[in-house]
Amino acid sequence: MIIDGYQARETTLPNEFNPNYLKLYYGKLFPHSDLFKWMCYGNDGKHPGCDPSYLSRREFSYTLDNDIYVRFQSFQNAAELESSIKDKCPFKIDIGPVYSVDPSKRHAYAQSGDNVFTPVERELIFDIDISDYDDVRYCCSGADVCLNCWPLMTIAIRVIDTALRDDFGFKHILWVFSGRRGVHCWVCDGKARKLTNEQRSSIADYFRVYKGNENSYKKVSLTGHVLHPFLAGAYSDVLKEFFETKLLTSQNLLSSEERFEKILEMIPDQSATAELRGKWQENRRSSIAKDDINVVRWEQLKQLVHSGKYKAQRLHRCVEEIVFSFTYPRLDMEVSKHMNHLLKAPFCVHPKTGRVCVPIDPNHCEEFDPTIVPTLSQLLEELNREGFTADVDGEWNKTSLGSAIGLFRSLFLQPLLEACKKEIETSYNAKLKHSKDLHSW
Amino acid sequence: MQVFPSHTHRNSSLNDAVSLPTIPLYRSAPPLEVRLEEFESFAIDRLRVLKGISDGLSRGKKPEEMATLVKDLWKANMRHQHASEVLNKDIISHFVLRLVYCRTEELRKWFLSIESALFRYRFCEQGAEAQRVIMEEFDLPYKATSNVEYESVKEKLVQVARSLGQNSSTVDAIYYKVPFEEVPELVAGRKVFLNQGWAYVAMNQVVSLLATLFRSQLSKALILTNRKWTSSIKEKEKHRLAPIVEALSSSYLGPDYSQPREYGEISLKDIDQVVKSSFPLCMRHLFEKLREDHHLKHGGRMQLGLFLKGVGLNLDDALAFWRAEFSKKVGLEKFEKEYAYNVRHSYGKEGKRTDYTPFSCQKIILSTPGAGDQHGCPYRHFSEENLRAALSRMGVNSRATEDVMNKVRNKHYQLACTLTFEAIHGMQCDAGINHPNQYFSDSQKIFQQKVDSSLKFVFKTNACEL
Repeated sequence: MIIDGYQARETTLPNEFNPNYLKLYYGKLFPHSDLFKWMCYGNDGKHPGCDPSYLSRREFSYTLDNDIYVRFQSFQNAAELESSIKDKCPFKIDIGPVYSVDPSKRHAYAQSGDNVFTPVERELIFDIDISDYDDVRYCCSGADVCLNCWPLMTIAIRVIDTALRDDFGFKHILWVFSGRRGVHCWVCDGKARKLTNEQRSSIADYFRVYKGNENSYKKVSLTGHVLHPFLAGAYSDVLKEFFETKLLTSQNLLSSEERFEKILEMIPDQSATAELRGKWQENRRSSIAKDDINVVRWEQLKQLVHSGKYKAQRLHRCVEEIVFSFTYPRLDMEVSKHMNHLLKAPFCVHPKTGRVCVPIDPNHCEEFDPTIVPTLSQLLEELNREGFTADVDGEWNKTSLGSAIGLFRSLFLQPLLEACKKEIETSYNAKLKHSKDLHSW
Repeated sequence: MQVFPSHTHRNSSLNDAVSLPTIPLYRSAPPLEVRLEEFESFAIDRLRVLKGISDGLSRGKKPEEMATLVKDLWKANMRHQHASEVLNKDIISHFVLRLVYCRTEELRKWFLSIESALFRYRFCEQGAEAQRVIMEEFDLPYKATSNVEYESVKEKLVQVARSLGQNSSTVDAIYYKVPFEEVPELVAGRKVFLNQGWAYVAMNQVVSLLATLFRSQLSKALILTNRKWTSSIKEKEKHRLAPIVEALSSSYLGPDYSQPREYGEISLKDIDQVVKSSFPLCMRHLFEKLREDHHLKHGGRMQLGLFLKGVGLNLDDALAFWRAEFSKKVGLEKFEKEYAYNVRHSYGKEGKRTDYTPFSCQKIILSTPGAGDQHGCPYRHFSEENLRAALSRMGVNSRATEDVMNKVRNKHYQLACTLTFEAIHGMQCDAGINHPNQYFSDSQKIFQQKVDSSLKFVFKTNACEL
């Protein structure tokens, strides 16, 4: 849990968020039917293979005004879901797992003792918070983000998204801005939803390169003769270029003594560090270089390490280790490891910033700008300007939420529902065939 | 599983089945009749093996050391005077322990992980031919990759092998292509090449695939056994097997420290003193960080909070303790709103009302603290410098410190902690440290003895004066 010692900058804007606005937002703009269709995974259709209880076994939970937390809400159909949201007007909606039985009736099953109330399906989820990067960003800290540090999120999306698709073969992946300081990822393929906790942990660990905690300065440890293909790919396709062309200069990683000392610490050879330190302390006095000082020093560091002059064990790995330390995605591991972790639903409004949790297109994630994501008050203003009409398909089309919902549908929901339909048909046909075979015996 | 009535002799056995693999997969209960005394004694022998493996693992033994340990344990405990009975003993003891360990989630988890480890080490001990027979027994639906396919990904496979420190010349040429879900352990360690959801498992990694299958089959079987136990066996065997089964499970698991024992409650006013004298480094560190920052992240709160519960801090004191610190940082209101619930929750007063047990060393060592986290095992998660500084603050002298560091370098984190304990208390700790709460109670016991003997001394001197 992160403590908000100070208020985020955005909150100083007046009236970004208030319960009355929220009521209107849920009434006029929130894409209830899209959320419903997603959560049904095709089980709302007419096909005889559909599981009509699927949605009702899903846990939703609400954070209401005054931090009242209501867990284990469940809904039978689209109308129930929509009217409950409109009625309760939650500050936050969280989505939990699909349980073996309707979670609102869990007590009825508790008596039988045999652990019947248990999570059976859940999207594979990831949560990345910029506040976990505080030791490697100098522009902001805590919940603040700016355009200098946000790209850390962008490359996290690129690295994780690529691996989820290429390595694990997942297809239905939704990335969402968490409303303030990070991103959420929902992997929704059928086989992702059915993963056990152990399998979830193994995926989270596959992504993990950080060892140790605050008390161990070396954050990344890369072993072996070469990097695993996944890490090698992330390094050469994303991290290296980002570090050298963006992060070095945008965060001034080597400009001052305090900052370059932090990087020198990661070089496992005392004399090599001493040589660089000497050079850089002098360099500061003369400041002849026309090029960016961070880039110049980084080149010097790489040259020295690769020159063969110093022979400390593992010296050759430290360039990669430094780049990984500063750029590699930092996942909140616990979120991904367990089925029963809750995660905020897309299109919620962040109560501190008033910003909507809109989807992010992973193919164009570098174009995403968290500082221009529509806010609640902005949306309502747009709505007012256009005048209220009785549009059937929601009024979001007239607001800047339109493109976000459009993206959600075209990029994620439509392909997902097509796949679900196929899956339901295939498994139904297989079942039919199986029972036919049984009869013919 | 069926339990057969006790008879003085056995009328069928398995030893005529020659083609059986050397390690049984325990697919079905043996069609044997078991004498009551064998029922118990075989189980105890196997338990010695399992307990030995569990201890070895929690002491952080290396894979090679574990392999020797398992071999020795098996030899010492699982022999039988009749060679023909060895396999039967193996099978019977396994099925008896299934009964013993099927009855709670906690017991199942332990049994499952140790039996799977046992299977793994035994499999690795087998020769290539025996391994092949066992593999066939599993009836894997996967085929070795064809030459064409192998060539197409060879470069990546070599890269993975080299990333694991193998020489490219020794890279296996036989790979099985399996869904990544089947080999979580290889995925977690990035020990396989993954492509489109398929993991390329080298022949020498197949044991991991088999161990996973073994485990999942056993896991399902344990659930079934549990159902049978609760629905019929328990009642039917109320006077005969049930008491044996119940005694077997509790006698070997050791205390879980969920209820404070022996020294009763500690109170808030003594806590600073007790921290210095009797807290293991992991808890002392969390405590000091909390006093310093007036805050701990979730992992730290759980690790320290449950430990404090285990040493006897009652709920009211615990709330007062956390409130006093956190309110300095986040304010009283935020504490009551966001943190007090968790404190009550860990005492089983909220939510699903589970009375959580304090973390064992194994759990703490295996935790994965991230940036900003303070929890974990200092011997494992601290840098060398930080650990040295921490040890010297605890009053460990430089010679003992070197011994501790030596253990740390060899990844014997619990032994490192044991040495620290011995250095501070000036006494041997033969049992080793397996649980932070055990560290605490052993330490308190020593101080209690010291107090007792000095009291006696005072009394004696007084008596002389009289």
